[in-house]
Amino acid sequence: MSIILDKVNHIYSPGTAYEIQALKDVNLKIEDGQFIGIIGHTGSGKSTLIQHLNGLMKATSGAIYFHGKDIYDEDFDLRELRNRVGLVFQYPEHQLFETTIFDDVCFGPKNQGLSKEEAGLRAFEALRNVGMPEELYYQSPFDLSGGQKRRVAIAGVLAMKPEVLILDEPTAGLDPAGRDEILDLVARMHRERGITVILVSHSMEDVAKYVQRIVVMNRGSVMYDGTPKEVFRHYKELEAVGLAAPQVTYLMNELKAYGLKVDTDATTIAEARASLLEALTGIDSQKNDFHR
Amino acid sequence: MLRDITLGQYYPADSVIHKLDPRVKLFATMLYIVSLFCFKGIAALLVISLFLFAVIRISKVPFKFMVKGLKAIMILMLITALFNLFLTPGEPVVSFWIFKITAEGAKNAVLMVIRLVYLILGTSIMTLTTTPNQLTDGLEKALMPLSKIGVPVHAIAMMMSIALRFIPILIEETDKIMKAQMARGADFESGNLVQKVKNMIPLLVPLFVSAFRRADDLAMAMEARCYNGGEGRTKMKPLHYENRDRAAYLIIVGYLVVVLLCRRFLPFPM
Repeated sequence: MSIILDKVNHIYSPGTAYEIQALKDVNLKIEDGQFIGIIGHTGSGKSTLIQHLNGLMKATSGAIYFHGKDIYDEDFDLRELRNRVGLVFQYPEHQLFETTIFDDVCFGPKNQGLSKEEAGLRAFEALRNVGMPEELYYQSPFDLSGGQKRRVAIAGVLAMKPEVLILDEPTAGLDPAGRDEILDLVARMHRERGITVILVSHSMEDVAKYVQRIVVMNRGSVMYDGTPKEVFRHYKELEAVGLAAPQVTYLMNELKAYGLKVDTDATTIAEARASLLEALTGIDSQKNDFHR
Repeated sequence: MLRDITLGQYYPADSVIHKLDPRVKLFATMLYIVSLFCFKGIAALLVISLFLFAVIRISKVPFKFMVKGLKAIMILMLITALFNLFLTPGEPVVSFWIFKITAEGAKNAVLMVIRLVYLILGTSIMTLTTTPNQLTDGLEKALMPLSKIGVPVHAIAMMMSIALRFIPILIEETDKIMKAQMARGADFESGNLVQKVKNMIPLLVPLFVSAFRRADDLAMAMEARCYNGGEGRTKMKPLHYENRDRAAYLIIVGYLVVVLLCRRFLPFPM
């Protein structure tokens, strides 16, 4: 039991001509240790949703429970919630402000009330985790490349050692190598530390490759919620709301239409390869440990 | 949060006032302000009130949006009223300790408050029914004659519209950075003044960086589209007067004449 959303609604600028309902009766249960992907078209309420999870935005109606406690309770400590639910915004490199990279990463831990030494240790660990070369630690964050800045900003949240890590499109604007680095880092954090990870993404391939569960948002409500295989079975419905399934799903569906006995549930290239080999040669590559 | 602050506060609606040429609205607002400061007598006040509320009705903007602007000047109104009430010389009506209230003072106080309220209501009709872009467009065209004597009217109008366009962008940016830093445990509320100013650094540095980046990008984008000042530049939607604009000019001038006539012939009881 980690985070539970109960009929959460959010309306922007209520009572004016600009009124928009961004979230509509959202019910979600986010279990500890899950790796969840949130997908949805632009303006579907993804960003609004994740900002509710650490109390940055207040729901117009509905309730959110963190470990069984109502976060809108008078005596609930929202800062404590933000310490435990780390949120990496879109383009997080725009929030860097300190004179050195190291100081910037220390900002979060220091706000948690840690001593200078402890904060420093945390920063050190986080920067090493994101793979920053040590000779850069005392340089200005503004001199870095875009990908490096992004990693420093993510380190800034990791250094707070959150139980739940939420990332809003962490790979937007990065090259393929930078994208893989960030996602592998997140997957490693999930594996090694057992933290809950929520990944907002537009890339179906990324989501299919990394997450255990997908939540599809459409016009402010949850459209689908399930494993990647379950969700991508609805690829036609996903297309209707401006989304898509991974390329592999299309390929497998087309091959099946041509009469090949392949598994249309395959969502990653590795799965597709195994299923194709099996269909073509009759060898179950996964059972024979037939990798790459 | 910050999203709710509306500067320029345009309220979209489909009304005659919305459709009027911005130059008409600028001119009308000016004459309206003149009328507020030179009217005399209860008759004129009635005319002004009638005119004001008629325009508010026609504009189809809910009255509560107009009143929003009044909250901001509450303190100013209070101070003005008190100063007028106590510091106007004349025959004291009520007096206690060092304070005395004169008949003139009471009258002035009431008048000043009415003037201020009407001023805000009247001018907010303009800002609520005109987009900032229309406003600068109107201003540019109205001031064009000044360019003959070397006033860079186009440049001023362009700067104004860019500045206005950037206000919501920067507000949104501030909101975003604030949230990002709050997610990292920043605290913008508690602490004494020095502490508060210090706490603003994580907000202000990224904001400045982003403002300069945006300015750079905009300059580049304008150059890429061959922008080189107002010389020979045409408009997509050039302003031109319609019949309703001419009628509006007549009405507003007629209104001022009526107010002035009231001042001349019915200047009581004030």
